[in-house]
Amino acid sequence: MFKKDISPGAKSKVKSSVQRAIRTKITETYPLLVPHIDEILPKKEQLDLVKLPDRVSLYALGSTPLFWQHMDDPLLPHLTLVHKYPTCFPLLRIDRGAIRFVLSGASLMAPGLTSPGGRLPKQNDKDGVGPEEYRYGNEELDEGEVVVIEAEGKENACLVGVLRMGTKEMKEKKKGVVVEGGHYLGDGLWKMGLD
Amino acid sequence: MADVADGASASPAKQVIYCGICSLPPEYCEFGGTTKKCEEWLQKNHPAMHERLYSQDAIEANLSTLSLDAQKRAAKDAEKKAAKAASAAAKEEERKASSKVIIKRVERNKRKYVTEVSGLEAFDLDLKKVAKDFGKKFATGSSVTKVPGGGEAITVQGDLSDDIYDYVTENYEQIPEDNVECVEDKKKKPAS
Ligand SMILES: [Zn+2]
Repeated sequence: MFKKDISPGAKSKVKSSVQRAIRTKITETYPLLVPHIDEILPKKEQLDLVKLPDRVSLYALGSTPLFWQHMDDPLLPHLTLVHKYPTCFPLLRIDRGAIRFVLSGASLMAPGLTSPGGRLPKQNDKDGVGPEEYRYGNEELDEGEVVVIEAEGKENACLVGVLRMGTKEMKEKKKGVVVEGGHYLGDGLWKMGLD
Repeated sequence: MADVADGASASPAKQVIYCGICSLPPEYCEFGGTTKKCEEWLQKNHPAMHERLYSQDAIEANLSTLSLDAQKRAAKDAEKKAAKAASAAAKEEERKASSKVIIKRVERNKRKYVTEVSGLEAFDLDLKKVAKDFGKKFATGSSVTKVPGGGEAITVQGDLSDDIYDYVTENYEQIPEDNVECVEDKKKKPAS
């Protein structure tokens, strides 16, 4: 989505009724953010809508980007928000070899997740036990769900996007595009300043 | 969703350090083209994290998860990226070296002058901000104006060429003195 550098377009204030609706939408999509929503989007603060190229809307609080949305697709978190609340989103993990492809804007392919270094839900028996066991979920994720992609050996996530393929299908096919057009570390959205 | 561990709900947002050079979390610097600079920055600003990320063990652990073939490809890729970043940096330097800031005295009407400063944007300066600074510094009107033929310049009220020359060369270290030039608008010959 943001392979090229972008600059912010027109900025407008979000009406309070719309702001409430967005808040609801966020907590519906990401129930684990419920305990943090007042911190992320305090009721009294003014949310701004910033227009970006290719019909992307970015919601921001001052100079802090929070969520973005392509047309009527789901609201996706900015990676800086993901880094603040790393366990509040559905997570998957890619192997180390896939990182450089993701960071250059390539589509994420299934082998990056199905290889030994990757992690999918209900498949956490590779590293033995521990609290990390449940990090990648006990439920399969379906096509169309928002997913945050972590990376082998890294603490912070590197990609957020919408699944093009359910996790069950990935395990069966072990090939094909998994996430396309997401927001990754170092892309145009990441580098864009809001001041 | 219900199984948020106790205490986790109250846990404050995690603070992540970002690299001052490439803007990524430092653990990802190795994938950019500026790894060397990134490492220096980290060593200077967050020595403990530098120790952890750039230790021999960490580097070996990173490599051991990749096949030999993948390592070779990754190394080649990194080399390419570094070369690209270096050439981009060189180009940028060259562009700056050949850019000029022109301070022009323009006669408005009899004995009234404005000073037009152009070319500052080539040195990554925000024209609006600089215009404001000029206004404050010289206590006069100063604004960003469109230049015929495209582009923008800063127009300052009054004949301030020399003062602006001094101010610019002293306050913006990224602009070499040789790249600043004072000229006069040649529409009318100055009365002698
Ligand atoms: Zn860096």
